Amino acid sequence: MISLAGRDILHSWGKFVFTGVGLGLLIGVTLVMAGVYRGMVDDGQALLDNSGADLWVVQQHTQGPYAESSSLSDDAYRTLRGIEGVAEAANVTYFTMQVRRDTPVQKDVRAMVVGITPGAGWGAPGHPPALVAGRHITRGHYEAVADMASGVALGERLTIRRNQYTVVGLTRRMVSSSGDPMVFIPLKDAQQAQFLKDNDAIHRQRQRTAANPAFNRPGVPGLREAIDASQTSSSTVNAVLLRLAPGADAQAVADTVRRYVRLGVYTRAQMQEILVSKLIATSARQIGMFLAILALVSAAIVAFIIYSLTMDKIREIAVLKLIGTKNRTIAAMILQQALALGLIGFAVGKVSATFAAPFFPKYVLLVPQDSLAGFFAVQALCALASVIAIRVALRIDPAEAIGG
Amino acid sequence: MKFPALQRRTLALAALLLPLAALLGYVALRSGPLAPVAVTEAEVRGQVLRPALFGIGTVEARQTYRIGPTAAGRLQHLAVDVGDAVRAGQTLGSMDPVDLDERIRAQEAARKRADAAVREASARQAFAAAQAQRYTQLEAARSTSEETVLLKRQELAVADAALAAVREEAARVQADTAALRSQRSHLRLLAPADGVVTLRDAEPGSTVLAGQAVLEVVAPHSLWVHLRIDQASAAGLAAGLPAQVHLRSHPGAPLPGRVLRVEPKADAVTEETLAKVVFTQLPTPLPPLGEVAEVTVDLPALPATPVVPNAALQRLGAQRGVWRYGPGGLDFTPVTTGRADLNGNVQVLQGLEEGARIIVYSEKALTPRSRVRVEPQLAKATP
Repeated sequence: MISLAGRDILHSWGKFVFTGVGLGLLIGVTLVMAGVYRGMVDDGQALLDNSGADLWVVQQHTQGPYAESSSLSDDAYRTLRGIEGVAEAANVTYFTMQVRRDTPVQKDVRAMVVGITPGAGWGAPGHPPALVAGRHITRGHYEAVADMASGVALGERLTIRRNQYTVVGLTRRMVSSSGDPMVFIPLKDAQQAQFLKDNDAIHRQRQRTAANPAFNRPGVPGLREAIDASQTSSSTVNAVLLRLAPGADAQAVADTVRRYVRLGVYTRAQMQEILVSKLIATSARQIGMFLAILALVSAAIVAFIIYSLTMDKIREIAVLKLIGTKNRTIAAMILQQALALGLIGFAVGKVSATFAAPFFPKYVLLVPQDSLAGFFAVQALCALASVIAIRVALRIDPAEAIGG
Repeated sequence: MKFPALQRRTLALAALLLPLAALLGYVALRSGPLAPVAVTEAEVRGQVLRPALFGIGTVEARQTYRIGPTAAGRLQHLAVDVGDAVRAGQTLGSMDPVDLDERIRAQEAARKRADAAVREASARQAFAAAQAQRYTQLEAARSTSEETVLLKRQELAVADAALAAVREEAARVQADTAALRSQRSHLRLLAPADGVVTLRDAEPGSTVLAGQAVLEVVAPHSLWVHLRIDQASAAGLAAGLPAQVHLRSHPGAPLPGRVLRVEPKADAVTEETLAKVVFTQLPTPLPPLGEVAEVTVDLPALPATPVVPNAALQRLGAQRGVWRYGPGGLDFTPVTTGRADLNGNVQVLQGLEEGARIIVYSEKALTPRSRVRVEPQLAKATP
């Protein structure tokens, strides 16, 4: 038996293929938009995964350290380490800022500076779990591990505040919840970078202290120096990441911390809730809205294309009817053509989306489930659209073949 | 002939659609979550490890002399300024004596008066002694009464006592004078040792308290670096180890030095071990006090053991280990690590043997189910 749809496609294959490609690009854009949304969620997910923590301990009544600012004393980890069920406790600071690259042409890169405890604790919470080049930080100061997305190379110098850091290692997909690349530096440097004022501010503060008679008393030599020293020291961190011992109950440990150490605690599920439904909620809804509109527009265009393809063949269909072709055969032809168009469109869309994704400035994650859902949606849409075309085709008067 | 024409079209369509289908298959399998993780692998080699410690220090002077008055007063003059070299014993300045000179002069007068009183008492005592002697002889010749003799002897005793009293009074006045002179000399600010003036904290005319420093003098040749090393990575720090000091002002020019001593007390707040590092040869010009220095302390080389890059250490659950890579695929091996050097090499004490093939870099943390693709390198090595 000869395929009517196939014969018709072959008859005007160029038009058919180009229509398919055009449709494909439209589907590609829709897929990329879904990928942008998935990428946003995945950025948050990556942040949680890469931190390697089971519990986040933050300042009381804050939703830190990602969604809100939080600061707690850097010796709190000692208390936390002693709680039963806690296997590891690590201080960590997070600070999003512009990091200056010391390339011949100075460039700024927006990065999330993460302070981690350097040394033998590779794989401790907060550390990057895997590297793509170089090594982990070994010195207690002035070394950095940066994410590839920041564009820096091994051996490059970064300037954060007043200190220079040598990039000794590179990571991949270590990003903040807003997709900024992470730069890991030793904790003590990070505390300084985050809390230390610039030199001019320190100078002015010293002058203010000197001018204050309460602090600069003639009877108490050394008081002013002591106050100056206390104003420039910093001993706070943004969070303490806890890794639990195997078999430990996260909820029980969290309760203990909340009740006795008087600090805020979030489990992984709660942190994910904060990141996904609070931090990126608005932008995700924005993207979702856009995705819905794009899907509607795509559906309308698909329906219109199939309808106009059918309209182009109205005379041929009339002839078919005239020679006594069954309605079912004509409907099948239109449906098959629509599905084939959808197939080509989906293939082109998927391929173009995949190859376009790496060029986006932020992460675009194309999930197979999305692609699968997209495939069925496209096919369903094509089938639906063909129904309109079929209705028109079936109502054609065979007399048109000879009349016209 | 219709058939060949149709076939050509079919072929053309197939030529377009088949690559598209192939591309779709490639894209579905090679990108996204299903794609294999790119990794690099390396062979574990036995290696001699030269561990080193890294810390931050500040340049400090071993001896700092803070010079000031011992009593509250007004500064009269200062002879030196910051940067001046001073010798031990040199007068650097003085405090205002206020009425001290006048009091010394009064004391001098009092001393002279006391001397006169001594002379007067001596004359009285000499006369009394002579009288007593004469009346004793007269009594022997029975030409005077016994009562008169006793009276003369009593007069002598009184004169003796009066002389002793004025002598002691003279000694007291002399001692008072000496005390005032001594106080006067204390108003001079003297250099306790050879050194350089580093601080001039008050100007002539200002009032300073007892114990408040007016000048600070350091011995420039006693410079050392006060080193702080994170306790977590301070194992092995000991006196006598060689060190390199990178001054912040000269980052590219390390200065040789050695650890003089490790402080018995560590800093409990900053969790750092403290040590002092001395320069083998003092740099010229001398670095300013308080300059920040990065110090690398070299530890003795360790015997050869299997060594892995620290980037190869990954975590699976609660265990730390490396991923072995073989024909059978990925295999996580927990390892016990030993010392590490600053270049990122870590000793493996247990769990790996030389010659094992392990994964070093990977695009993301691996799991036992990961599919991997071995690449020569994952990122550009140099800028």
